[in-house]
Amino acid sequence: MEAQSISVKMDQLLGETAKLQVEGYTFVAVTGVEIDAETVELIYHFDRDLEMRHLRLSVQKGVRVPSITPVYLAAFLAENEVQDLFGVAFSGLAVDFKGTLYTENEMRGQSPFCRYTVVASENGEAAGAGDNSSENSSGEAS
Amino acid sequence: MKSTVIPIGPQHPVLPEPIHLKLTVVDEVISEVVPSLGFVHRGLEMLVDNRDYHQVVQVVERVCGICSMMHAMCYCQGIEEMMGVEVPPRAKYLRVIWSELHRMHSHLLWLGLFADSFGFESLFMQFWRIREKVLDIHEATTGNRVIVSVNTIGGVRKDLDDDQIEWIVSELKNVKREVRRLGPTLLDDYTVKKRTVGRGVLTSQQAIDLGTVGPTLRASGVARDMRQLGYAALGELDFEPVTEEAGDSWARCKVRFKEVLASIDIIRQAAEKTPGGEIAAKVKGAPPEGETVSRVEQPRGEVFYYIKSKGQKKLERLRIRTPTFANIPALLAILPGLYLSDVPVVVLSIDPCISCTER
Repeated sequence: MEAQSISVKMDQLLGETAKLQVEGYTFVAVTGVEIDAETVELIYHFDRDLEMRHLRLSVQKGVRVPSITPVYLAAFLAENEVQDLFGVAFSGLAVDFKGTLYTENEMRGQSPFCRYTVVASENGEAAGAGDNSSENSSGEAS
Repeated sequence: MKSTVIPIGPQHPVLPEPIHLKLTVVDEVISEVVPSLGFVHRGLEMLVDNRDYHQVVQVVERVCGICSMMHAMCYCQGIEEMMGVEVPPRAKYLRVIWSELHRMHSHLLWLGLFADSFGFESLFMQFWRIREKVLDIHEATTGNRVIVSVNTIGGVRKDLDDDQIEWIVSELKNVKREVRRLGPTLLDDYTVKKRTVGRGVLTSQQAIDLGTVGPTLRASGVARDMRQLGYAALGELDFEPVTEEAGDSWARCKVRFKEVLASIDIIRQAAEKTPGGEIAAKVKGAPPEGETVSRVEQPRGEVFYYIKSKGQKKLERLRIRTPTFANIPALLAILPGLYLSDVPVVVLSIDPCISCTER
């Protein structure tokens, strides 16, 4: 997988994505991986003729990430999912559920797939604070 | 003209599972669709935090009952690749047999539900009657009817003797005959065509742009099937993706109908070629530090697994992208312009599995 991966910076993301689209790649998925208390890695997966390419973007928690939905509309559900589960906020998301794709009250404001920190605040805006393990085990919003 | 918003789901007679569609209609013609998900989201991916990588096989089998075998196979193949495990050839063939049986029972289930969606109750019962024969094969060979639980990291947990393989092939001959007999009723019937032909058309370009997968993609004329990767023993068997050009509900129905027959053919080939030997390799230790992706063609399309390990028995991250999750954008694209009465048939035509989506 390493060989097919390209690390990109925030300002290169849309350009690299558009390049892949021109080359005929289709969108497959976005994977969020929490690296540490400050960082989440977003891996964008693409496919062309059964060959995969991956774009890696390292994101500081609390920083808004440009959405790739202007290039690949199909990514809107995947990005909303990352927004809900990891608290990473996207700008320019074609259909933005604002942290409510997965039920409103139970998960809103939490980032349940982050082990180290709660990333999003009650209103869905990036905040970055707290120990998620205790927050989630008690089932309370941050 | 004034528009009206009509909510469908999450509890609704035409939806077998909870998805909410907010339909904006103008005089019964749909102009906009907004979906809501998450009513039964389980967060299964996070169970890797407190299960070791062997136990996760049982977790992924429960992402979805209907395609449980393929979920486990996809996960096991990913871990085997990471650990450099050489799966015995016999296990690869057995995986093909059980996975294609799984595809058959899923498609037969769907064909019945699809007939039910346009009110053809007797056809629904006929397809489910045939499906029972496939479930009987599951039960006789694995002990379970749906969640067959045959995969393990390194191979399979159960073996088939020669008599069982012969019996499966002969049973499937009967299934093939019976499925073929229903073909004209399903595909040539005036009423069925009236409800499906030209309804919910997805062009090939739309399908590609929207990241569509599985029969929904192939019904739009795109010959893409993860089985072309040749995973398990599929690389040693003759196989061509089933495609149709029209991209409508009828084409999606026809692709699945033909795929039932294609699966029987694949199983027959696998049965003829299944070699002797071990059914599982011994696996020790933990997956090494690293990451991999694994893909398998489920009945509804490509399932995608991303697996990351830090060299410990518990994985660092497991991410599952299921086919229905990939097909929802296409569903939103094909509904506008249709009549409200077409919604049940067209929604069902992508074979939505919310259980998979809410993993």
